[in-house]
Amino acid sequence: MDTAAGDAGVAERVRVGLLADLRLDEVAVVEARGRRIAVFHTEEGVFGVDDRCTHQDAALSDGFLEGCLIECPLHASFFDLRTGEPSGPPATRAVATYPVVDEDGELFVELPVPADGGVS
Amino acid sequence: MSASPRSVLVVGASLAGVETVRALRTEGFDGAITVLGEEPHAPYDRPPLSKGFLDGTLGLEQVALDMPVDGVVLRTGTRAVRLVPETREVLTSAGERLRADAVVVATGARARRLDSPFGPEQGVHVLRSLRDAHALRADLVAGSRLVVVGGGFIGTEVAATAAGLGLDVTIVETQPVLLEQQLGPLLSGVLTVHHERHGVGIVTGSAVGELQGSTRVSGVRLLDGRVLPADVVLVGVGSRPNVEWLADSGLPVADGVLCDDSGLVRAGVVAVGDCSAWRDADGAHRRRQHWTAALRQAGVAARTLLGLPSSEQSVDLDYVWSDQYGLRLQVLGRPAAHLRCEVAGDPSGESFTATFHDDEAGGVIRAVASVSDPRGFGRARRSVGKVPSTA
Repeated sequence: MDTAAGDAGVAERVRVGLLADLRLDEVAVVEARGRRIAVFHTEEGVFGVDDRCTHQDAALSDGFLEGCLIECPLHASFFDLRTGEPSGPPATRAVATYPVVDEDGELFVELPVPADGGVS
Repeated sequence: MSASPRSVLVVGASLAGVETVRALRTEGFDGAITVLGEEPHAPYDRPPLSKGFLDGTLGLEQVALDMPVDGVVLRTGTRAVRLVPETREVLTSAGERLRADAVVVATGARARRLDSPFGPEQGVHVLRSLRDAHALRADLVAGSRLVVVGGGFIGTEVAATAAGLGLDVTIVETQPVLLEQQLGPLLSGVLTVHHERHGVGIVTGSAVGELQGSTRVSGVRLLDGRVLPADVVLVGVGSRPNVEWLADSGLPVADGVLCDDSGLVRAGVVAVGDCSAWRDADGAHRRRQHWTAALRQAGVAARTLLGLPSSEQSVDLDYVWSDQYGLRLQVLGRPAAHLRCEVAGDPSGESFTATFHDDEAGGVIRAVASVSDPRGFGRARRSVGKVPSTA
């Protein structure tokens, strides 16, 4: 799923907190528009994904982080935080990703405009 | 197998069958695949049937299993009644003869019932299929008395769900403790406390004599003479493999279809999931009726069928999880009683992870178990098979 929307496609920014407070390999969870978004600080940058495994009810923020891969804590599918793609079963669908921007040390998650203009 | 197959017939459309289809496609197989499913529904996932689907929080859509569709023909409502392994021909209940280069036996298992042919039928349930779940759900009315026969995973999960729906629940278990073999004493104790806290009665060390009632069940009589009044009974006493259709196939069948450690039964035929008994490292064949076992077997068997070398195998330990009363239990390996248990977190609380050490082997970790501590579990599972450095 491509959520790397340009400026025109960004409907909302949600503050995550200070980058300095989110240590490497740590995760923060923000809620916005009825969804939970997990924001991971990895060596390759800060990434936001839906905080729910696409396979079953499990919070990815509870998972084990290995580089840019987050392991679902229930069935050990890995998701690539950069693309959202699962590494293998049981998950088969990508998890939604969200751009995270760093403005002078302050992190924001960018939510895209809902496709139907309404609450998704 | 001599050549790579160009067509595959998968008999059984549950997790093991569906995941074999996916694995075949992932491994690059682009031939025709036909999947036979006995049930009328599209493939679905069974774990939610005793939990979210049973209490109505999940609908049909959320329990659906998605299967690759390109070049895959799914035929529901079609039962296989006979297999000729030499020609890989399958005869269906509709009298059709299907043929493929390779056959995947994935017919699963069915719930065992109590051996009482003359007992009441109404109000007595097992839980295995979507149909079972619909029927049980209709009977789970607040205020009713439910007796759960068998304190295994199905039994305890249904008990928790039913308690949440306002039923008066009692579990009857022949063993002295609930799920002790599977969970180990520590988690078993935590689980028991939570059931009791939610008002679920637990009768252990007791076997069921008979179900009482004429057409509708009215009670459960235990062998020691006690009678537990019941409006609804759930029988959760294990399963039997669906292998009768293979009786005249010449395939090796005991408690399940016997196959080697790559899923191979004989040339061009593999078996996966609850109907299969894979050969373990000790040479014995065992049915591994866990969700994750079906998933793993599907991946291995697909490579076997395609003649690919088997992928390197990680330690083959059973992994189980169970959600009850908002607790998430996770266990990897067998937390057997002789292992020394170390706990991180508060075992009397709601969240902890335990590692189980074999002191006869230098303290190596043989099993990991946790209650509502997925992060701790995720970390600890990586230490299984290793000796902790800070011993």
